[in-house]
Amino acid sequence: MIEVKELRKRFGSIVAVDDVSFSVGKGDVLGFLGPNGAGKSTTMKMLSCFLSPDSGTAKVAGFDIIKESIAVRKELGYLAENAPAYEEMTAESFLGFICDVRKIKARDTIERVANKCSIENVLHQQIGTLSKGYRRRVGLAQALIHDPSVLILDEPTDGLDPNQKYEVRNLITELSAEKCIVISTHILEEVDAICNRIVLIDKGQVLEDSTPDEMRKTHGGNLTEIFRKLTTGQSKNAVGGAA
Amino acid sequence: MNGFLSVFKRELKGYFFTPIAYVFLVIFLNFAGIMTFKDGFFEAGQASLYIFFINMPLLFIFLAPAIAMRLWAEERKSDSIELLFTLPLTSVQAVLGKFFAAWTVVLLALILTFPMVITVYQLGNPDLGPIISGYLGSFLLAGAFLAIGSFFSSITKNQVIAFVLSIVGCGTLLFIASPSVMFRLANYFPKSLVYIAEWFSLQSRFESLLRGVIEVRDIAFFLILIAGWLWANIMVIKERKAA
Repeated sequence: MIEVKELRKRFGSIVAVDDVSFSVGKGDVLGFLGPNGAGKSTTMKMLSCFLSPDSGTAKVAGFDIIKESIAVRKELGYLAENAPAYEEMTAESFLGFICDVRKIKARDTIERVANKCSIENVLHQQIGTLSKGYRRRVGLAQALIHDPSVLILDEPTDGLDPNQKYEVRNLITELSAEKCIVISTHILEEVDAICNRIVLIDKGQVLEDSTPDEMRKTHGGNLTEIFRKLTTGQSKNAVGGAA
Repeated sequence: MNGFLSVFKRELKGYFFTPIAYVFLVIFLNFAGIMTFKDGFFEAGQASLYIFFINMPLLFIFLAPAIAMRLWAEERKSDSIELLFTLPLTSVQAVLGKFFAAWTVVLLALILTFPMVITVYQLGNPDLGPIISGYLGSFLLAGAFLAIGSFFSSITKNQVIAFVLSIVGCGTLLFIASPSVMFRLANYFPKSLVYIAEWFSLQSRFESLLRGVIEVRDIAFFLILIAGWLWANIMVIKERKAA
């Protein structure tokens, strides 16, 4: 449902994403890993049609991100890095606005999604006054509200307490059967818990595209050790190139 | 159309969720009244709103940039622009939605000056023509200033910079044909250029409307000016969504 082909993006002299290709199917939960500045968020921003790639393209839910960007955005649920929202609005009116743009009936939908993301208690609070965890879950609710077939979540559990993390992971697992999900995270246990696929990138290039089990088999050790081994102190050509 | 309406409604509500609209309305109505009476509304001995309207450029030159400055700068600052443009709506819909929301606040402010109209009707027998054309001119002038303000708001994430640049932009177009500026321009530039400058002057267009003659070319001038600045605004947003 997501097919990324040779995506490239540079900001001035910095190459943020350099020839990234991978694909994700229905039922997959892909963990998008890499050190800070590896190009994860930039890739996700291109997939969600916020940034346009310099070259290459991708298909999301069958639509081209450059030529059919509105159709992609209709099909996609996207949670950006810091869960941006309109701070002066209450959570409820914010979700109402999202429903309005997406042409869905607000009342039942908001109730359902608030329940799913456990934000019923803060619906009447201004988003600016919410704690980080609630704020992120309002963002998650926003991404789920139209029951999208593809979900792209940039660090969905960042800032959540252990209970909330547990809930969100369960939610993602629950959703995964019917959807295609990409999450970026720095928490490697999370990858083990919910992802059946891993794409590891560094300096804008894909280093590894496989499954958690396969990675352990080929590289030995746990995911943290493998992550360290692949992203520090190794020559690029050891595993380089797009998968 | 749907995207336009959603953005318009959200933005308009946004003005009233925050104190901006109330502060604007109170200050505007106060000064519109004070300036009119200070400038000799009674002493003139005429049942006319000319003195009331003639102060509008001076009021709007500060107040229109004050309402417009947040339109895009705030979206950039809080990253909510990333949320906005990963929803299925186009840059054109978003820019127009925001602009018309700001213009609606101004329209409301102008409607709330109705006691002035009642006053002149109590005092005498004024011409309806100049009152209608005065309101139309004020509304169009504010629209032009808001379009300029919206443009400058889109090029920065800092509202203060947006505010100051908008005032300079509005001021240039307003005062370019004032005698002292014209005199200086004539010293340095060829005559044809001075004529062009005069043609662009908002002040003379506005005053021509105040005389009670609604001319198509004056209205077209304002509308084209608004369209031009909004087009530039759309281009900026399209090219540079991420700051």
